[in-house]
Amino acid sequence: MNAAATYQTVEKAGVRVAVLSPATVEKIKHALGRFPKPLSAVLPAFHAVHEQFGYLDEPMYEAIAEVLGVTRAEVAEAATFYTLFPKQPVGKNLIMVCKNISCALRGADNLISYLEKRLGIKVGETTPDGKFTIWKVECLGSCGTAPMMQVNDQFHENLTRGKVDALLEKLAK
Amino acid sequence: MAERVLFKYIDDPKQHQMDTYIRHSGYSALKKALKEIKPAELIEMVKKSGLRGRGGAGFPTGLKWSFVPKNSGKPKYLCVNADESEPGTFKDRQLMEADPHQVLEGTILASYAIGCNHAYFYIRGEFVFGHQRMAQAVEEAYQKGFLGKNILGSGYDLDVTIVRGGGAYICGEETGLIESLEGKRAFPRVKPPFPAVSGLYNCPTVVNNVETLACVPHIVNRGAEWFASLGPAKSPGTKVVCLSGHVNRPGNYELEMGTPLRELIYTHGGGILGGRKLKAAIPGGSSVPILTEKSIDVKLDFDSVAAAGSLLGCAAVIVMDERTCMVWMAQRLSEFYEHESCGKCTPCREGTFWLVEILSRIEEGKGTMKDLDLLLSICDNIAFKTVCALADGAAAPVVSAIQHFKDEFVAHIEEKRCPWPHRAFDFDGFVQN
Repeated sequence: MNAAATYQTVEKAGVRVAVLSPATVEKIKHALGRFPKPLSAVLPAFHAVHEQFGYLDEPMYEAIAEVLGVTRAEVAEAATFYTLFPKQPVGKNLIMVCKNISCALRGADNLISYLEKRLGIKVGETTPDGKFTIWKVECLGSCGTAPMMQVNDQFHENLTRGKVDALLEKLAK
Repeated sequence: MAERVLFKYIDDPKQHQMDTYIRHSGYSALKKALKEIKPAELIEMVKKSGLRGRGGAGFPTGLKWSFVPKNSGKPKYLCVNADESEPGTFKDRQLMEADPHQVLEGTILASYAIGCNHAYFYIRGEFVFGHQRMAQAVEEAYQKGFLGKNILGSGYDLDVTIVRGGGAYICGEETGLIESLEGKRAFPRVKPPFPAVSGLYNCPTVVNNVETLACVPHIVNRGAEWFASLGPAKSPGTKVVCLSGHVNRPGNYELEMGTPLRELIYTHGGGILGGRKLKAAIPGGSSVPILTEKSIDVKLDFDSVAAAGSLLGCAAVIVMDERTCMVWMAQRLSEFYEHESCGKCTPCREGTFWLVEILSRIEEGKGTMKDLDLLLSICDNIAFKTVCALADGAAAPVVSAIQHFKDEFVAHIEEKRCPWPHRAFDFDGFVQN
């Protein structure tokens, strides 16, 4: 668990509700205006809340439900369907390595082992300093530039050991 | 090489900007259509062009548009399927990143044709850069008056809203995409009713793929006859083919429909890595039956690939050389379908799980001969027995791998190990530059 595990909440009717930043609320309200039905804004809301906290959890579902005017169950139902949003805190750098066929044919399995060795953690784990988490993921649409991995918002393609070393060094700072 | 149409300016680093796109005759099709072409005529034009959907199914685009009822009294919607996530596919991503206005112009034209006033652009959540490029294009289009109220004084209104997905393959299935847009779990719907009659918010809806829409401005500019004259009569046009795996030059290639697989791999792709032998290729993304080197001369168009026993799908060609273990390949792909099965239909949810279990034990040398029949039985019990096509796609690589490479499965079982010690490919050595 890193520092992101704690955030401000308020208690409403015995339920913990995450405190969203004005910018996050603004984004969700903007999304609300683009759909005839409020529940449609739930995906944009997930992205906005994910951007603020780095993951999604129950008090955040409550907060989203409040802004959208839908039930918490509706929000949780949708949120738990999507794997893109971590449901607990992850490292500052979330490394998502594609292990699907096109990347696997060009060495993704060895890339994953190499990352595990370099960072001293297994897939699914976070380094003790909270800097890195490794995930193994399905095809990221970068098959012509395999092997590849996504770190937070950024794609890193045509990877070699040299490129991985340089990147990890840069991100560790 | 044939003329590049969609990829004509793909290498221009400024093509994503409005002024560059306009300098390259961008939005001329929109201007022409709003002035001279009635919506019904535009549908006829696209029908006549023979354009077939580039998302995988190859359904005639104009025909799909014509299914939208004219007087339902309900709003009509266009959903752009930019949720590209079929393993092996990366064409829509490049189209959106490098030439987003081309995609957007197609989106506006399609919306105009079906009478839609609000189009939803559903882009894969992981495509952060592609989303930035599309969002910028939409903003520029509003500023230029290509979107919004009374577009170019025509009286036609259109809003475009971009929605980012949440990392679920099933959202590329058109009714899954619609459910996701409604804010629900993306469980595909039973069809009929088809989206054209009852789609988003139970209103008439067309779902089109990014590459399909990118073709539309060119059809308007150069005419249906011109488009229909490219490639084979029944699947005309150019096609962006995604080439990946064991080739020297992987990447996207825009080729005339019907280009032979051999030409793709050996001419455009520079041949197999290390001069090795071709063992198998998946021609249409991971959800289609694999082909062996015997099919090397198959033409890459919808009908020819179907005649060869597979499907063109979204034309994502995954090449495997002689070192590739076919049990391992089937296991790896099955893991994908297990992970992406939405869980709505029991045969798919349970079947994909068992495919992984059984393939894993064969790969680990713990399988029995009975497992081969069991695998085929599971495939038979999931394919074409579920609401959507995900289960069909899960079965295809497994069935075809056993069909073409049964000796490899038997070798695993008899030797009690995987006989391909080098299957864990090294990653450094594979990168050419």
